[in-house]
Amino acid sequence: MAASEMLGAEMVIKALVDQGVEVVFGYPGGAVLPIYDALFKQNRLRHILVRHEQGAVHAAEGYARSTGKVGAVLVTSGPGATNAVTGLTDALMDSVPLVCLTGQVPTHLIGNDAFQEADTTGITRPCTKHNYLVKDVNELAHTMHEAFYVARTGRPGPVVVDLPKDVLMATGTYREPDEQAHRRYQPQTKPDPARIAAAAELIVNARKPILYGGGGLINSGPKACKLFVELVQLTGFPCTLTLMGLGALPASDPRFLGLVGMHGTYEANLAMHDCDVMINVGARFDDRVTGKVSAFSPGSKKVHIDIDPSSINKNIRVDVPVIGDAAAALEALLAQLRARRFKPDKAHLAKWWKEIDGWKARQSLRYEKSDTVIKPQYAIERLYALTRGSKPVYITTEVGQHQMWAAQLFKFDAPMHWMTSGGLGTMGYGLPAALGVQVAHPEALVIDIAGEASILMNIQEMSTIAQYSLPVKAFIINNQYMGMVRQWQELMHGARYSESYTAALPDFVKLAEAFGAKGLRATKPEEVDDVITAMLAHDGAVIADIAVDPTENCFPMIPSGAAHNEILLGPKDKAAAPASEEGMVLV
Amino acid sequence: MALRLRPKHAAEKAGRKAAPLAAAPATSATIVKRATIAILVDNEPGVLARVVGLFSGRGYNIESLTVAEVNKRDNLSRITIVTSGTAMIIEQIKAQLSRLVPVHTVRDLTAEGPHVPRELALIKVSASGEKRIESLRLADIFRARVVDATTESFVFELTGSTEKLDSFINLMEPLGLVDVSRTGVVAISRGAERF
Repeated sequence: MAASEMLGAEMVIKALVDQGVEVVFGYPGGAVLPIYDALFKQNRLRHILVRHEQGAVHAAEGYARSTGKVGAVLVTSGPGATNAVTGLTDALMDSVPLVCLTGQVPTHLIGNDAFQEADTTGITRPCTKHNYLVKDVNELAHTMHEAFYVARTGRPGPVVVDLPKDVLMATGTYREPDEQAHRRYQPQTKPDPARIAAAAELIVNARKPILYGGGGLINSGPKACKLFVELVQLTGFPCTLTLMGLGALPASDPRFLGLVGMHGTYEANLAMHDCDVMINVGARFDDRVTGKVSAFSPGSKKVHIDIDPSSINKNIRVDVPVIGDAAAALEALLAQLRARRFKPDKAHLAKWWKEIDGWKARQSLRYEKSDTVIKPQYAIERLYALTRGSKPVYITTEVGQHQMWAAQLFKFDAPMHWMTSGGLGTMGYGLPAALGVQVAHPEALVIDIAGEASILMNIQEMSTIAQYSLPVKAFIINNQYMGMVRQWQELMHGARYSESYTAALPDFVKLAEAFGAKGLRATKPEEVDDVITAMLAHDGAVIADIAVDPTENCFPMIPSGAAHNEILLGPKDKAAAPASEEGMVLV
Repeated sequence: MALRLRPKHAAEKAGRKAAPLAAAPATSATIVKRATIAILVDNEPGVLARVVGLFSGRGYNIESLTVAEVNKRDNLSRITIVTSGTAMIIEQIKAQLSRLVPVHTVRDLTAEGPHVPRELALIKVSASGEKRIESLRLADIFRARVVDATTESFVFELTGSTEKLDSFINLMEPLGLVDVSRTGVVAISRGAERF
């Protein structure tokens, strides 16, 4: 048992290193100066200096989601901590493992409204998986280790450790990581065999089955995704994925029906609606997926595999809940199916596929092509086509129409290459997240598919990108509107475009140049390929401003409060579908 | 191109305005029931705020809440919450509580079988003459103890179920009720089983 005396600030650094952290994203300030001093005196931990604490958290999210490791953030007290709150909430909603260290005023001043004091544990309690205030330097090491353990165990999430300055400057005993010391938090990871058997029974007897995978597959890790692919191959069942789950099954797999939910494909949503057995692995029946709850997949028996018991029966009542890690549950389920010498019922499955192929034939992602104006879908399709190369490609997005088009049209053949803000829908996520991904994968191609409104929310991170010479590409689908807001105003508020047009946008080419990056612009369809090629050829950061059709809407769309089979396929559908009163109050 | 499918639930939609909630049969999905939940937690700063914040943040109801340390050696406190909701909500409350890091055990005493719920109240009554005598007589029937007396007031201490306390307090109302302080429910399961 190695124990040694050191300063609190040194313990923080040692604990981070002992937890396998290589990079920490942060911003200094008065309360964390001792940590920054300790950081200065070592060379094992790399610090990335962001321009805003929200950016630090999103960067750590990008880092975590593209590596499977716990992201680390270091910010100061008061405004440092409050600026981090949006990022923490985002990480909580999307189950991203993070540890965020916040400075705090010295313990004797807590509660006195001291300079840069905020009740950080109070403020972050509802937006973290757990948080700590360390009042004794001898508890510091144990707390740091437990924070990492809690962040990555069970359903992952962000954990805040609030560190008063006097604790950082006190001397105490460091303790090495010891997993046994965190026995009070032991989430169930092994599934109940009886439930697995019940799930297998439903699979064996299914006539119109569907597999519905989510972010839990990605979070569980590559093994879970591999087993999920095996399940798809063994059963031959059609499969859809949520926004967070994209990449868990290669998009090139013929059994992949595309994205499910509000802007999912016609075939995925209709198959969800009409199936007789639904196998949900690591998804949470989110309202973007279910649409109107009372009309959600009315005729199906549902299996729900989730590591978080509170996700079970929260929105949708299921028949076979399976609590456990996705990999463990899939392993058990596959073993069970193989032991029963399961062979899919070819005749029934063929009939079901025929029905699905009929829906597929509607080509729900089709759009009106144009020779005169750049269609946003066209820009993303070309980006996808021109980035098929030897380099691994990581895509991040901001939030809005461009995000949905990217999810529909960019095809992911591996997990952990798609980073987007799903649950919270945080505009401004994509650029800092891309920065974090690029730090983790310096050789990879990292592209933020952005909207011009979203990217301005964290555009200051271009300065961070410049400082570390990160070759991040920002591909802006610029329609001059907050496109999704504009779309809802058109469909539900009588086309009264209240405050959704940005009248004074910056010149993004000049903006790129001001940040030392390359600026490119396309205004005509024939320029798109050249701009993308030039963007990819440049070995530094690029902002590509793609001036797209400002009035294009994102389809298919299930209007809020509607059922899957009330999906709108194109602009001509909208007149026929006035939103219900019930739907109008939903977001 | 009429690409939109006609909703299968058109009848339901049309019917909603004519016959609102009255038509809905009472099922386990709609019946609101009371539940007494006992929670064993680490006795550490912020733990009560976590539990209370969970209830307010997710819109759950708290009818009463009690908390005190019950095990000094292991540093454990026990929280008893009386809440109400549909079966699905109560299930959610238990699952949400269980995933808090400092929470060790969550038990739904109402669902798990026979248990003893108790509450204590201190009730101040100020009266003279016949009313004063009547309050004392009723206190005797309810087995309330007099813990403070002046020439114009009594403080009664009463222990029992919530219903028993309610009815005693109602009886005191016309006799000169001045103040009530109640602990909220504490509860424990019957039998030898450990929590």
